[in-house]
Amino acid sequence: MEPFIKIKSIAIPLDKVNVDTDQIIPKQFLKLVQKTGFGQYLFYDWRYEKDGTVKKDFVLNEPRYQDSKILLTRNNFGCGSSREHAAWALLDFGFRAILSTSFADIFYNNCFKNGILPIKVSEQVLQKLFESRSEIEIDLEKQTITNDDITISFDIEPHWKKILLEGLDDIAVTLRHNNEISKYENAQRNSSLRVS
Amino acid sequence: MAKTLFEKIWDSHVVEEGNGRSLLYVDRHLVHEVTSPQAFDGLRMNKRNVRRTDLTFATMDHNVPTSNRSLPILDQTSAMQMKTLERNCKEFGIELFDINSPNQGIVHVIGPELGITLPGTTIVCGDSHTSTHGAFGALAFGIGTSDVEHVLATQCIWMEKPKTFEIRVEGKRKNPCAITAKDIILSIIRQIGTAGGTGTIFEYRGEAISELSMEQRMTICNMSIEGGARAGLVAPDEKTFNYLKGRRYIPKNYDKLVEYWRENLKTDSNARFDKSFTLHADTIAPQVSWGTNPAMTVDVTGTVPFPEEYAKGNPEEEKAATKALQYMGLKPGTLITDIELDRVFIGSCTNSRLEDLIEAAKIVKGNKISPKVRAMIVPGSQHVKKQAEELGLDRIFKDAGYEWRESGCSMCLGMNPDILSAGERCASTSNRNFEGRQGSGGMTHLVSPVMAAAASIQGHFVDVRELDLN
Repeated sequence: MEPFIKIKSIAIPLDKVNVDTDQIIPKQFLKLVQKTGFGQYLFYDWRYEKDGTVKKDFVLNEPRYQDSKILLTRNNFGCGSSREHAAWALLDFGFRAILSTSFADIFYNNCFKNGILPIKVSEQVLQKLFESRSEIEIDLEKQTITNDDITISFDIEPHWKKILLEGLDDIAVTLRHNNEISKYENAQRNSSLRVS
Repeated sequence: MAKTLFEKIWDSHVVEEGNGRSLLYVDRHLVHEVTSPQAFDGLRMNKRNVRRTDLTFATMDHNVPTSNRSLPILDQTSAMQMKTLERNCKEFGIELFDINSPNQGIVHVIGPELGITLPGTTIVCGDSHTSTHGAFGALAFGIGTSDVEHVLATQCIWMEKPKTFEIRVEGKRKNPCAITAKDIILSIIRQIGTAGGTGTIFEYRGEAISELSMEQRMTICNMSIEGGARAGLVAPDEKTFNYLKGRRYIPKNYDKLVEYWRENLKTDSNARFDKSFTLHADTIAPQVSWGTNPAMTVDVTGTVPFPEEYAKGNPEEEKAATKALQYMGLKPGTLITDIELDRVFIGSCTNSRLEDLIEAAKIVKGNKISPKVRAMIVPGSQHVKKQAEELGLDRIFKDAGYEWRESGCSMCLGMNPDILSAGERCASTSNRNFEGRQGSGGMTHLVSPVMAAAASIQGHFVDVRELDLN
């Protein structure tokens, strides 16, 4: 996983609430057996006409946003299906950070697992960012978001901060706890109430 | 200290704690073809094994065609995904209920049916509707593919402890044949919103929950995720223990476990929840969704709302409702019973179990579906299909003009050939009415099996309370 230290880019404003993962990546693209190549299908039904031509009025298609690494969006982003393909598609498109007032639980977790930083901000801050056109800098070490007008700090669980900063393999980290896992399993094995 | 049911299950599965997170042991891991290929690839790349093949079970459900199983699968990418699962299960030593297995079915239907699901256990699956298993008092939730790989390799998962959310449904339903578990859960979601349960685990309590059958409790827990909660629980009782007794995969010490569960798997009387919401069952009417998320739902006696009326002063929600009406091709003020339908789908992990089919059959029996409607039954599993056929339900549906299909997820998410065409409007017993969910440009109305059955006959929504259900 590519480490996340600091990024700076203009943000794409996706002004919608309750964006579900079916919109982020529709079902017909879930049949691939790799993790890459999903970016072209991101927000498919919003991005393309039925005949496959690009919808000019959809924000992701505006030329000025083509190199953006940051997505601004409204409440409850990533709700619905657990499909991690949603995170893969966002990453493949180029996003490394998503700012919203809230995220659905499974999606939120899936982001970290793929090196995407989801940041929860207040309604007022989100509104200011939506109104501003300036570049945004996100510094994970300092936990700050800065643009021409404001600098604010954000919260992140210490574990995820470390994983992102160092680009760690989550499973390798867990396997360092192998002794504790075995201990738990042995206790189960010897219990009359064993279920595992 | 007094604990909630959730806290008891959580505490008994903590392997280790640190940095505000817990490493939880996973008792059952269910795997399907769509969210697992990349996880197995990850294991191979890192030369890792599956830690507990004995706790891991796989089936094919999302992609499988529901037409004749003796014919070859035409969609090559689907066939490839099924083949990949087969190869992965063989290579890593995991038991697989493949497309030809008598145990095949929707993963959340077969788990309980085979006795893989047990009270007090932790269950995960790469599917958000894993919350279904909470009906048995199991802590069950959906995970992404990275976590599927993590669980395969370590049999554990890291989590921050969620908050607890009590959902009380008090009193009795006025007409239990017409007002179903689906109407209860849609009423809840409609009131708390699709993000109402974010960061929490629901525990459903109260008289109206206790009186539900296991299959009805599964319908409720299934849609916890639609209310934003990763899991939903119902405390196990005699119905739970009787349901599971004698099923194929229950452990040898089952009776001993039941004794323990009976005493321990309940919320202590003085335990406190972080949040609470109460609904009175006697106020619930049959529900019909009108919009593009499950909270956009009204009573069947109601009308399609005006966006400002739905949004209650929230400009973002108002914009979303306007867009939803546009997508759904509906005008505010339209009577729900005036909405005409092209398709009816009875199936999905929400409502495809035997009881659902029995209740729907009561309405369909002796009738013909509207000539404008194409209607389909997709039983949740091969066992459900077989039992239904033994009861003659297949004949009732076929005589009425329904298609009687093989088991799978089917038109709930349209990964197989069962999809809506653009512009088609469907009464569906599934769980999500998102834009394009059942097919690009298709329009979904979420309802109970009896409401779907009644609509199939009339060609538009009807209030099932007006039919003679006895």
